[in-house]
Amino acid sequence: MIDVLYFAWVRERIGLPKEQVETGAATVAELVEELKAREERYAAAFEDVSALRVAVDQELTDFDAPLAGVREVAFFPPMTGG
Amino acid sequence: MTVRVQEQAFDLGAEVQAFALGRDDAGAVVNFTGIVRNTPDGDLERMEMEHYPGMTENALKGIEAEAMKRWNLKDCLIIHRYGTLRPGDLIMMVATASPHRGDAFEAAMFLMDYLKSRAPFWKKEYTTDGAEWVAAKDEDEDALTKW
Repeated sequence: MIDVLYFAWVRERIGLPKEQVETGAATVAELVEELKAREERYAAAFEDVSALRVAVDQELTDFDAPLAGVREVAFFPPMTGG
Repeated sequence: MTVRVQEQAFDLGAEVQAFALGRDDAGAVVNFTGIVRNTPDGDLERMEMEHYPGMTENALKGIEAEAMKRWNLKDCLIIHRYGTLRPGDLIMMVATASPHRGDAFEAAMFLMDYLKSRAPFWKKEYTTDGAEWVAAKDEDEDALTKW
């Protein structure tokens, strides 16, 4: 089981901030494909992954990052702090 | 090195004073303060600042550690708020202390450039016309290349 977190408009589009996902995905990209196949709201949120960022276990990474041993994956738009 | 991520307001004068006073190792302290800017039409009602608890603190500590490595700094401080903010509210501040002003100024710029695009914060603006997520600017991402 992996905790999957969503922030900002990704959270709004999917309609929840966090969920536990049972997945056999080897990479973040494979997890995205699994989520997109679930329901339209996921497909809408992940339509253009170039507009998204991903963190694995709270470290920014790429969509080809492996998921072996990972506890937490978060999806969000580019950050706007400061 | 200190990082504080908090909902409540901070006292800018007291924070900078506490950071600067009692030092004899640093001849220069630089402070940058971020303020919620109103829209050109002046119709911003509020801003909601969302963040990723846990990752935010770690990302900011990582950015501070990098600044301490690259410049001759004696200390640095980042305070960043989340939650509901109104036009004119202080959102965040950074402060750097160095033996010389050049390092203090540059390191403060570096902290700002990095935290804008690498710390997990997202702004949503609520105006009289409705609500909108603030889009990241290409120039903010481009600013990282100079470091």
